[in-house]
This record gives sequence, structure tokens and C-alpha cells, in this order.
Amino acid sequence: MNIFENIHSVWHIIGRNKIRSFLTMLGIIIGVMAVIIVMSVGAGAQSLILNQVKSMGSNLVGILPGKADEKGPPASAMGIVITTLKDEDLKTLLKEIPYYTAATGYVKGTDTVSWREQQTDTNFTGVNGDYINVEDAKIEMGRFFSEEEEKTNSRVAVLGSEVYEDLFLDQNPIGQQIKIKKTYFTIVGVMKKRGVSGMQNQDNQIFIPLSTAQKLLLGINHISFARLKVDNAKNVDSAVEQTKIILREKHKIDNPENDDFSVRSMAQGVESITQITGALTMFLVAVAAIALVVGGVGIMNIMLAAVQERTREIGLRKAVGAKNKNIIVQFLIESIMITALGGLIGIILGIFISFLVAKIAQSLGYDWNFVISISSIVLGCFVSVGVGLIFGIIPARKASQLNPIEALRYE
Amino acid sequence: MILIEAKDLCKEYVNEEVKTPVLHDLNFKIEEGEFVAIMGPSGSGKSTLMHILSFLDKISCGKYLFKNKDVSEFSDDQLAEMRSKEVGFIFQAFNLLPRTTVLENVMLPLIYNGLSATARNFKAKQALISVGLEHRLNYFTNQLSGGEKQRVAIARALVNDPSVIFADEPTGNLDSKSGLQVMKILQSLNEEGKTIILVTHERYTAEHAKRILRIKDGVIVSDEQVLNRQMAQTADELVK
Repeated sequence: MNIFENIHSVWHIIGRNKIRSFLTMLGIIIGVMAVIIVMSVGAGAQSLILNQVKSMGSNLVGILPGKADEKGPPASAMGIVITTLKDEDLKTLLKEIPYYTAATGYVKGTDTVSWREQQTDTNFTGVNGDYINVEDAKIEMGRFFSEEEEKTNSRVAVLGSEVYEDLFLDQNPIGQQIKIKKTYFTIVGVMKKRGVSGMQNQDNQIFIPLSTAQKLLLGINHISFARLKVDNAKNVDSAVEQTKIILREKHKIDNPENDDFSVRSMAQGVESITQITGALTMFLVAVAAIALVVGGVGIMNIMLAAVQERTREIGLRKAVGAKNKNIIVQFLIESIMITALGGLIGIILGIFISFLVAKIAQSLGYDWNFVISISSIVLGCFVSVGVGLIFGIIPARKASQLNPIEALRYE
Repeated sequence: MILIEAKDLCKEYVNEEVKTPVLHDLNFKIEEGEFVAIMGPSGSGKSTLMHILSFLDKISCGKYLFKNKDVSEFSDDQLAEMRSKEVGFIFQAFNLLPRTTVLENVMLPLIYNGLSATARNFKAKQALISVGLEHRLNYFTNQLSGGEKQRVAIARALVNDPSVIFADEPTGNLDSKSGLQVMKILQSLNEEGKTIILVTHERYTAEHAKRILRIKDGVIVSDEQVLNRQMAQTADELVK
């Protein structure tokens, strides 16, 4: 009996026990489906984050206060406030390093903002006048505040599009006065809608001059972080190196071990995000794989029951000339076909659900790519066949080792 | 030609170092074309003898020659090969595959000797015609009567054109009319030259054979030709 005839006859057996075959497959279906979805959603989420990071421009260098190993998280990310980074540092870097075309520091706060009777809770961000050049942001109406206004602690503000909608509905806000922490600011412009970028909603923010935010609202003189724009992607690495040298000089640091800042290019940031999301995806795949093991045990259980149920059949087959290997092949093909079929259904369902997730994310405005990697499908196929093989071998061996005389007498 | 020859053949079962002898120093020959009944009460060892002769079991001592070839030391795979090529089985409980068609059941032995699907189909149909079941080819076995089931089993035993057919209490699960029909088929197969070995505990059934080997407590107590042979062709029904 060749393989195709075996497959044909097993197909009949599966067809005769539809409900049982389906229930047996269910573990494999769910397991393979989960692996496909996790891998697809993982890749989609990664593309979403990367798209957001890239939307800020890829020629950026970021400086955080506090020392950090280049791959690990900076101290400030864990809530430790470090006050060593100053706005003057940026001015020096812009002046000394020719590759930098624009730079801005950031300070952030959260407060209630009001205009007449309207109120909204929002973030205010203190930045330099260069901000729109650094982040390639666009203005919807009015203008961004100037370097001059920034230097003179002017009380001017530029609204994010969401804040504008919350406070003003459709009225013209230019020249209106809003109140943040008992201080009045004159609105000079409104930003274009930007969506979520750099893991932050850019539209629910009010931009005010850095010095104003430091002195009037926060009472500090350091900055939380800084971004600098490099003229050309090929100069990013040397800009990073020169930045470190100048900052060490300025902060009087002899040994790089004692750095009180960390400098990273966006490319490094992208790399560490890829690493983190990749690790997370692999972890979730491992969790999903548990379902496959459970499914495999289910297959083994059912196949053992099938061997028992078909003891007389096995005895008869041996009596009419089947060798042990014929019996092993027959039962292995049966378990592999069940798992392969389950795997196929799982792959199709997994692709379908991943597609739905991507469509839903896209309809919610996320820059989400629908990604199904060939590797996830190949993995699904191999794993499902492998599960059938591994968990089918014990029942198949058991079947082949039955004594035909006893098997024929089995009641 | 001598088909089967037992020389001091014995069999004992060993279970947790306790030896249970079942057959003692059997010596007999069966020629090609014979119709032999192995008869004896339950526990006599007749089933064990049939299992050995039909390559389902191995002997413990002595020699078993089949077509002058010593098969005593054959491996499991070689024995499977012998079952596939040389013997056909008819069982008391029919042992047909459930939820499978008559034709598929009869084709089963051919699957294991490498015939093409077309050849299998042809031979299985021929075998079913010879037992008068050509109108039941695509019936499922559970739709058949007991007598029809045993005729399917006979067709299955015939399909690989074996040298010998072993019938283990073939009428045991049948009413007398169906039993008679089965014996009729076995007798006519023997007329056509097939060697048949029938295992039974009933004297009447055994008397359908030409020769009876009586076995008791693992030894042959008599080996004689049947003088008043029962002919299923003329009898009205199989009297038990």
C-alpha cells in the first residue's frame, strides 16, 4: 500500500468520525492559530512603533541626562530626575558641531488649561523655537513661536490640534488668551494633526517657549531631554561621537565611565525597539506553543484510544500479511493527517484573524501593516506535522506490537 | 506434494517463568489438496496448533516444514510475508472491518502484497463472484446477514490465491442454514483443489472434511479418514 492509498483510507476514517476528529484537531488548530496571530500582530505592532519613530525623522540624535549603557534604558526613564543637562549645552553643540542644523530641549508638565468657560486637562511642553524644524512638524494656522520669543520668556503658546478642538471648537484662537497655572498665554498658532508619534499623542499638547516653561511654570533650569537634527544620515555617527566629546569637556568629565548624559541616534533607538518587540513576540510565541503541546497530548490520547478500539482490525491486518512497519505507517499517517489538517485550518484562521486585527487597527487610525511572514506559515506547517509525528509514534508502536492472536480475540 | 509437515513439534507458553506446555511432540503431514479437520475439546491445543500452522505463532521445539522449507526460525516479517502469500483465514467472528464496504474488505490482504489498485479491484470482484456476493460489492459489512458476512470472509481468504485456507470454527456464529452454505463453499473449494484446514470442536462439522486429526491435551489421539463424509451439497441443513 503506498502513501497515497494510506492517505486516502485515513481520509475516510477521519471523515467517518467528523466530530471526534475535529475535537482532536482543536488543540492544534488553536495552537497554530495563536502562533500565527502572535507573530503577525507582533510584526504589525513593531511596524507601528517603527513607523512612529521614523515619522519624527530618522536623522535625529537624542540626548538624555544621566549615564546609560547604549542598549539599556536611561535613568530618567525610571523616574529619576537628573538636572545636569542644560539648554546652554545645546547652544554649544549647535555652534561647535557643523552637522547639526537644529536643536531643541524639552520640559514637560501636565495641568488644566482654560479658555473662558472651557477647560481641558493637557500636557504642556516647553521647547525651543527650533522645535518645528527638529521634528518636521507643520503649522495649521498662525505660526510657531520664534527663537526671540523663547529667549525673552514670552507668554505665547501653540496648541496641538486636539487641544484646539477641545477648547475652541471651530472658533479662531489666534490672539486669544488661555490660562495655564494662573498664567495667561497668548495663542499664536495651532499645529497640524500629527497623531501618535514617539509613543506620545502629539495632538493633545500645548507648546510654550522652553524658558517660559522652566521659569514660570516648573521652576527649574534643566531640560528633560534634547533632540538635535543632523544634516545628513551619513553624518549621524560622527555627530554622536563629537557630541559626547563636547559634553564631557563642558561637564568636566575625564572618564567616559562617569558620563552624566547619554547620546543615541534614532537608528540605535530603532534597533533597541526592534530588539524589545522581537523578544516580546518570541515570548508570546512560546506561550502559544504550550497550546501545541497540549494539543499533541490530546492527539496521543485519542490515538491510544483508537488503537484500543481498532485492536481487532490491527489483528486482522496482521493476520492477512501486514508487517509491523505497515501498521506503524498507517497509524502515523493518521495522526500526522489529523495534525496537518488542524495546522492548515489554524494557519487559515490565524491569517484571517491577523487580517481583521490589522483592519481594525487601521480603521482606528494606526499606521499598522498587515504582515504574515512566510516563516510563520512554514513554522506552523512543520510544527503541526512534527506534533503528529512525535505524539503519534507511541500509539503507532503500540499498535504494531500487538500480538495478532490476542488482538483477534479482543472483545 | 507435501504441504505441511510437523516433526516433533511442540509449544509451551512461558509466563513469569512458569512453563505451560500446550502441544507435545506432534508428528503429521498434510498433502496438497487435502481437507483436514483438526478436532478437539476446548483447551486441547487445537487453536494453538492452527496458529502455528498459519504462521501466527512460533513453535518452541521440533520442526515445522512448509513446502519442504523449515519455517521454524522465521522472523516476524518473514512470517507476515508467509501469511500474506500462502494462507487465507476464515474466523468464527468473521473479523470484517466495520463501516467499510464488502469490496474494500476483500481487497485488504492484497494491499500488503504490492498489487496495483486496479489488479486488487479485479481480483476482489472475482473472489466475491465465486462466493455469490457480486450483488453486494458496495454494501457496508454491517448491512449484511451473518451468512453473507462469512461468505465475504471466505472471499477475503481466497483473494490472494493461498496454498491453504484455515477455517477456525467457521460455522460457530451462524444459524444452521448459513453454516451449511459455508460448508458447501468450503467443500467445493476443496473439489477445485484448495487445501483446507478446518478447526472445530463439533464432530458433525468435522465430518465435512476428508480427514480428522483428533487432538486432546496437546497430543494427537487419532488421525483417520472420514468414512461417512457429510456432503453439504445434499444435506438440508447443518445439524448441530
